[in-house]
Amino acid sequence: MANKLIVSLSPHVHSGDSVQKNMYGVLVALIPALLVSFYMFGLGAVVVTLTSVAACVFFEWAITKFILKRERSTICDGSAIITGVLLAFNLPSNLPLWIIIIGALVAIGVGKMTFGGLGCNPFNPALVGRIFLLISFPVQMTSWPTVQQWISYTDATTEATPLALMKMAVKGDVNALEQLPETLNLFLGNNPGSLGEVSALALLFGLGYMLWKKIISWHIPVSILATVFVCAGLMHLVDPVAYASPLAHLFTGGLMLGAIFMATDYVTSPMTHKGMIVYGVAIGFLTIVIRLFGAYPEGMSFAIFIMNAFTPLINTYCKPKRFGEVVKK
Amino acid sequence: MKTFRIGGVHPAENKLSAGKAIEILALPKQAVFPLSQHIGAPATAIVKKGDVVKVGTKIAEAGGFVSASIFSSVSGKVNKVDAVVDASGYRKPAIFIDVEGDEWEESIDRSPVLVRECNLTPEEIVAKVKNAGIVGMGGACFPTHVKLSPPPGCKAECVIINAVECEPYLTADHRLMLEKADEVLVGVSILMKAAKVTKGYIGIENNKPDAIKLMAQKAIQYPGIEIVPLQVKYPQGGEKQLIDAVIGRQVPAPPAIPINVGAVVQNVGTAFAVYEAVQKNKPLFERIVTVTGKSLKSPSNFLTRMGTPMSQLIDAAGGLPENTGKVIGGGPMMGKALVNTEVPICKGSSGVLIMNDKEAARAEAQPCIRCAKCVSVCPMGLEPFLLATLSAHKDWERVEKEDVMSCIECGSCQFTCPSHRHLLDYIRLGKGTVGGIIRARNAKK
Repeated sequence: MANKLIVSLSPHVHSGDSVQKNMYGVLVALIPALLVSFYMFGLGAVVVTLTSVAACVFFEWAITKFILKRERSTICDGSAIITGVLLAFNLPSNLPLWIIIIGALVAIGVGKMTFGGLGCNPFNPALVGRIFLLISFPVQMTSWPTVQQWISYTDATTEATPLALMKMAVKGDVNALEQLPETLNLFLGNNPGSLGEVSALALLFGLGYMLWKKIISWHIPVSILATVFVCAGLMHLVDPVAYASPLAHLFTGGLMLGAIFMATDYVTSPMTHKGMIVYGVAIGFLTIVIRLFGAYPEGMSFAIFIMNAFTPLINTYCKPKRFGEVVKK
Repeated sequence: MKTFRIGGVHPAENKLSAGKAIEILALPKQAVFPLSQHIGAPATAIVKKGDVVKVGTKIAEAGGFVSASIFSSVSGKVNKVDAVVDASGYRKPAIFIDVEGDEWEESIDRSPVLVRECNLTPEEIVAKVKNAGIVGMGGACFPTHVKLSPPPGCKAECVIINAVECEPYLTADHRLMLEKADEVLVGVSILMKAAKVTKGYIGIENNKPDAIKLMAQKAIQYPGIEIVPLQVKYPQGGEKQLIDAVIGRQVPAPPAIPINVGAVVQNVGTAFAVYEAVQKNKPLFERIVTVTGKSLKSPSNFLTRMGTPMSQLIDAAGGLPENTGKVIGGGPMMGKALVNTEVPICKGSSGVLIMNDKEAARAEAQPCIRCAKCVSVCPMGLEPFLLATLSAHKDWERVEKEDVMSCIECGSCQFTCPSHRHLLDYIRLGKGTVGGIIRARNAKK
């Protein structure tokens, strides 16, 4: 008997948590927004999502097997599926298949596997894909179909998004903000935009689920949303004709999607609560700056991308409070 | 409800043997006493082959101030002084005694009568504690008389008794409080007198409501002793965490020690041993040991003589199951996996935990996904992922700078890690190496 005993260092028990559990937990949290996108954009949403997920998983598998030549495939951990869903959520529902596939290749190939795969990438892979497509295909990436054309795909009629209207207002169109949909409609998602970003309500359900399951902590989403609310609110007080209300900012564009699902990506966000708040506040601030003063109507993805680059620096300077530090001072 | 402020986890409690009264384990055929079963210098054997000893005879003398004497738990003849594999897995010198009968030293008061009055001076109490070979019974085994002799310039303000038993599975302290409540409370009073304080706290986690109730009822008769119920959270039994939870003070980073914030922390088992030593003249040679595990037939609590091989306890609890994968000395969070079941029970052996092969297997480590869960559970406010990575890269300078010496090796980080990374293995490597570097540096000065 004695020679069969396992000897290892403590601890000898484990919480049972796993990478898979966290990743599939995020996928569950994405379901409400996914269902809303199917309802709003019909066939187009289904095609875009399936293509994106299939392409991301395929590229991860192919790169792992043929380029990295690793024995074990990592597609079961669910991270490639999340990248696929998040990439799709950041695309308009009338985007041609070939563009989606290019986006997936850039997201997984350049954004993730180049750096060594899960855990090593400095930037959120889905964002890398989205930003690459936005810069490469600005026309296709910024024409959003009107909601509820259930059986259309690339042939869908398009219209200006609330964010575009808000940009026009900033540029001096005094009537633009009056054409904004009601705040309630913005909250529910009844307005054009990228697939998964339209319904703040569905995304907030996802947030609630992830907080309940302790997949993420509140620090990043809350600090982003609060900063956006405060910054947009101040500007709105200064000039209500040019600057939309803070609620309109919160419920439009990729803000909720970014704050809840993109900025909270484990790999690319800071490790301490203090650092998470610095990161979140900076993202919120940059988003508003780009939305109000930049060339693009939406600043969320750029803001997260920029702060991804600052994450190692934040980790270096935002240390957790060590035990006993309280007494020392 | 009170608890410590930073981090912490809540492993499944699995207190299988909580309802089992303490049973007296039969005497072993041969008892083995490692000379180093405490923190500090090893004891020196004062018996040799052929010597006849009684229960309670001193067989090894403390090897310095930070050290502890060792007493025989059996009567019989010294067989040899030789090496034995102890819980650490290393071979260490030990005294082997062949058991004959059960004859006790006459000085020991064996009556079950509670002796409450203690008229000794603090110095006399400390001397008696020292002469009984008492060490911290929670597992760290720090000599108790050292803790009761504060360094110059430090003054104790209160005694905090660790009755938290935050390790899953273990129930020895729980049973001790239920069955020896008065003895424990007298022991605490004596410790308070020795430390020259008038305030004593007994911290008990809320998963032992019966012990909290009983101790609170009895404590009324003992002036200055307060029972503090604590929220169930691991590692609350860590000395620093307990002080934070009970009196809200945080001990600064090493080399600071609890006395720097006015606290003397003792385990509840130590309080009982102090009672027996001071009031009954009984040196430390037996203790309560929990033998437990999901696959074990009857998880139990045994009053065990030191030196008894663990195999005897396992047999008494139903025998070693076929599918055993790991035998652990202590609890599942901080206990040590044993190389064989003949390892003797020592002063710090709080439990023997049997795990089946499925429970015992470690999952394969996956890449770190930087989820930051290890950072948020670390009770010392460290960054385990960083310490582990730096240690793996042997960047000792930065490992030291990132406060590796503050790590209490509680294992919360590795317990939580979704990627099953062996964080604490690497942190221990870093802590050990940096500790050596610091000692070498201090020696040069």
